[in-house]
Amino acid sequence: MTTPTGREVALPPGDPLWHYRPIPGRYDEFQDSEGTVRPVWRQFWENLKSLEPAVLGQREEQARRLLRENGVTYNVYGAAKDLDRPWLLDPLPVLMPEAEWARLANALRQRLKVLNLLARDLYGPQQLLKWGILPGEAIHEHPGYLLPCHGMIPPDGIFLNWYAAQLARDATGAWRVLGDRTQGPSGAGYAVENRLVVSRTLPQDFHSLNVVRLASYFLTLKNSLSRLGGSLSGNPRIVVLTPGPRSSRYFEDVYLSRYLGYTLVEGGDLTVRGEGVFLKTLGGLLPVHVILRRLADSDCDPLELRSDSYLGVPALTQAVRAGQVIVVNPLGGGVLEAPILQVLLPRLCEYLLGEELQLRASDSWWCGLPEERAYVESHLDELLIRPAFQSRGKTLVGWQLSSQERGELLARIRARPTRFIGQRPVAGSTVPVWSEGQLQPWHLTLRTFAVYNGEDYDILPGGLCRVAPVSELLVESMAAGQRSKDLWVLSEQPVNTVTLLRPNVPALQLRRSPNDLPSRAADYLFWLGRLTERAEGAIRHLRGIVARLTTEVEPAGLPEMRLLVTALCDPGQSPLELQNPPPDWTMIREELWSFLSDFNRPGSLAETLDSARRTASVVRDRVAIDAWRILNQMELGDVRNEGATDPARLLMRLNQLLILCSAFSGLAAESMTRGPGWLFLDMGRRIERGLHTLRVIRGLLVDSSVELLPCLEAMLEIADSSMTYRYRYLSTLQLAPVLDLILVDETNPRSVIFQMIALGEHARRLEELCPSRPGEPSRLRQTYELLSELRLADIEALCDVDRRQDRESLARRLEEWSAALRGLSEDITHAFLSHTVAPRQLTELQTANRG
Amino acid sequence: MYYQVRHTTNYLYSDAVVLCQNQARLSPQTTRGQTRHSFSLEISPEPTVRRRWSDAFQNEVWYFSIETPHHRLQVTSRSLVERLAPDPIDPAATPAWERVRDLLARPTGVAERLAGQFRVESPFIMELPEARDYARQSFLPGRPILESALDLTRRIHADFHYSPATTAISTPTREVFLTRRGVCQDFAHLQITCLRSLGLAARYVSGYLVTLPPPGKPRLVGADASHAWLGLFVPEAGWVDLDPTNNLIPADRHVTIGWGRDYGDVCPIKGVFTGGGGQSIAVAVDVEPVDMPSLSADLADDVTIMPE
Repeated sequence: MTTPTGREVALPPGDPLWHYRPIPGRYDEFQDSEGTVRPVWRQFWENLKSLEPAVLGQREEQARRLLRENGVTYNVYGAAKDLDRPWLLDPLPVLMPEAEWARLANALRQRLKVLNLLARDLYGPQQLLKWGILPGEAIHEHPGYLLPCHGMIPPDGIFLNWYAAQLARDATGAWRVLGDRTQGPSGAGYAVENRLVVSRTLPQDFHSLNVVRLASYFLTLKNSLSRLGGSLSGNPRIVVLTPGPRSSRYFEDVYLSRYLGYTLVEGGDLTVRGEGVFLKTLGGLLPVHVILRRLADSDCDPLELRSDSYLGVPALTQAVRAGQVIVVNPLGGGVLEAPILQVLLPRLCEYLLGEELQLRASDSWWCGLPEERAYVESHLDELLIRPAFQSRGKTLVGWQLSSQERGELLARIRARPTRFIGQRPVAGSTVPVWSEGQLQPWHLTLRTFAVYNGEDYDILPGGLCRVAPVSELLVESMAAGQRSKDLWVLSEQPVNTVTLLRPNVPALQLRRSPNDLPSRAADYLFWLGRLTERAEGAIRHLRGIVARLTTEVEPAGLPEMRLLVTALCDPGQSPLELQNPPPDWTMIREELWSFLSDFNRPGSLAETLDSARRTASVVRDRVAIDAWRILNQMELGDVRNEGATDPARLLMRLNQLLILCSAFSGLAAESMTRGPGWLFLDMGRRIERGLHTLRVIRGLLVDSSVELLPCLEAMLEIADSSMTYRYRYLSTLQLAPVLDLILVDETNPRSVIFQMIALGEHARRLEELCPSRPGEPSRLRQTYELLSELRLADIEALCDVDRRQDRESLARRLEEWSAALRGLSEDITHAFLSHTVAPRQLTELQTANRG
Repeated sequence: MYYQVRHTTNYLYSDAVVLCQNQARLSPQTTRGQTRHSFSLEISPEPTVRRRWSDAFQNEVWYFSIETPHHRLQVTSRSLVERLAPDPIDPAATPAWERVRDLLARPTGVAERLAGQFRVESPFIMELPEARDYARQSFLPGRPILESALDLTRRIHADFHYSPATTAISTPTREVFLTRRGVCQDFAHLQITCLRSLGLAARYVSGYLVTLPPPGKPRLVGADASHAWLGLFVPEAGWVDLDPTNNLIPADRHVTIGWGRDYGDVCPIKGVFTGGGGQSIAVAVDVEPVDMPSLSADLADDVTIMPE
């Protein structure tokens, strides 16, 4: 084959899959314009060539699986049903020699120096404005310039504790800036996760090539936050403030908090008291010293900033102003993201540093200046038109506009010239991507990350690459493009390894099961316990039913079948109960499939599994990584649609799910410390198990008109107590011993009384951990009352049958106990979690100038 | 003239408010033609925290929070202010308005550059084509800026009906244009919108009017509540105040609290609270001329807190 220059390219003999043909006229990362493999790639390419092409496909598959198991996702706003989109990773890294990296890093440091000086002036003396170096509109019309933050200069003068820049190469191969991320730059978590996955899928290459390690980046961030917090407290509490699970970057928020070892909080978990910020926990209010914010600064405080946003904490700005808390990055830095700065920065750099700006955007023009506007208007066909102030605003591609769109755009520019910039597109480089069984040249953007170390900036020796088959898709967003890639900076020398587990900090104070569990997290853990147990109960129950569909006997002929399906719901709730005459087999089947697979039906298995996963995602920072992997596999999969026609396969899937449930509860039992988090998880589980057992007894054993033996059989199966029963009573099935075993046998971990005993112990332990406030009724009393009632229950009497062929007294007691358990659940929620349940009734009050 | 200002705001809630955090901009600035001799802010129940700071416009801001459950919040400010009428300015001698517009577009001095922030859109002042057309009728080619602005003030006063019942906290200027009615805040916003649409710099001023007229003069409109007007940037002269609600240049019967781009920057009291249920607000303002007090130590800028 030949390159555009007509030269032969050295390719591995005989294998067409390896043919890689860069796009003529574009800078290619892998080959130079002569078609020669660039030096930094040579060793890697030799290794790669020795692989069978099929191996690359396997590597990609392996990467996909690792990412899925680790729960790496990217949320896309607006996707209603399934928020999490899996993160796609190409297994081949992008390589860069260390010398080039060092130049780029220095250029980034210079850029950061200018940006910090600029922010300090804008929020301080505003000399640049007063002396006309910076056009006034650039600030005055900028919605990201936060007036309330005027005068709030961070003590060390650093507005960018961490930062990201989105880069691409121009046609000459020089790096250009597409955008700055100055608030809580996202992507570093993905970069680290990509590194973990790629280094695992290409272990030999990774170790033989002297790839510079990433871990020191987060170590520097951690040290930096501790240093800042150290000015407020000897042992500062640092939290990560997230917008919550609906945010596109929630995965990363969880990842960061876990990786750095900080509590993940939402705005509602924090409150300003006095002038300090506090974390609302089960143990009371705990002071917070540093907030690593993952919110836009305008969302951080409804009192002084955006009054319609409740993602933040009212009066946070005041707490910062009073010096009681440090927000990272400091409030106000969003102003530095504006595309207009890409026009102004070269001049500002010369003015502020007396140096030429090394890392530039592509040539840009601001329409606020008449000459520049004239240029933009006459060169519209060659330019991208971007909003001057919103970094995330829509970019219009000049040469793609219809004549009508063109006219409209020109009119908009004329009406508000200051709001637009024109910018030459950046060609971008290409890089080999494994797609459709061959290596193809895709377009590349690179996000680089910087963190302030107290004296200067450390630049992450790597980055987050995004690639796309079409160059137009390459805009500055992290979500742009189709896949990501890891960037390997290759050193000439062997590299040092750093891990976060050995940070260079003073010895920690020993602590055990701290009470700093946010009340909101406790609430979610409680519900995670309930939902996973609800799923387990439903699976056991459904398995009992489906097993009966696969026997030789025609299921329609089984007497207990109708009761079994009806008992899936609470008494009075099943559609089958309302049927008169009694439901036929078709209806029972329909009801069964609906309960199994209908996502929109509350309490169905499909919905329960989905809710459990969602609930876990909210407290992902509190769930062990292995447990999260298990939850990610807990779904019905294709049997949701096909199970109806193939009960045997469905049965197999239900069995698998049950094993996953057991694995999850096993992990909870063996890996979670017995702090408040575990107590809430387990209380949820106990309450749900008690409720489920009571409901099944009610559904199967109250109606005495149905043949009893098959019902008792089914009851023991669902309550997972068959083995114990047979061991005790052999094969004689009777009502009283069954009830004794599943209701009041204190040694049976499936019995209702066993759940009550556990609940009592948990409640007592919680009271010790979080002493109730004066005047609050004890949460223990109700548990003990229910417990003693169960202990005193006369099982023989409960087995009596009344005149209406019902075991009426059994039904009544079951109903009382269920109600008591539900009440207990509400009491727990109320006593410990009250402020998480009530919506935050924040209202703005203002007085007008009425005169 | 010396004035004693008393401004009381009463909030009543049907359910207890457990936490509220507020900002008050109630203390008159010491500025050209105005000296504040004393100021006190009484808050009941007693706040957990109260702090004073200066915002980006040099307005004095009081932050206070109440962290005990309460059904009622009362905020009373008292100030003693000395007010002098500004030096008269000859409208016909001011520069042509286009010259001012061009100067602001290409500023050469610090004053014009800083005035730039009052020249562009702000949350309550959005561009409105009908406002520009309306303003054009006063801003004729070559006409002196202050003469044009006074004519616009006169026309707003004549064309729009003062109607305290019509507007909520913030009525969009577009709607004020349609209904032709509003309160002082709306008229100030309206005239600011007109002036900025021409490329001029105008700022929102929050303050008070003397409650009772001097003998032989009519009572000013808007005197029983906090008042609002606007300032226009005139090169050399500086900021010239205009009151479209009363069709005049404020003199010694206006007391200035502070200014901003629009109402949102100088809102007298704003807050966020948790709980509260239904609420009602009552405001009382009283601005009384007082004899020149003997300026002794007790009139120093002081702050008192009086629990309920």
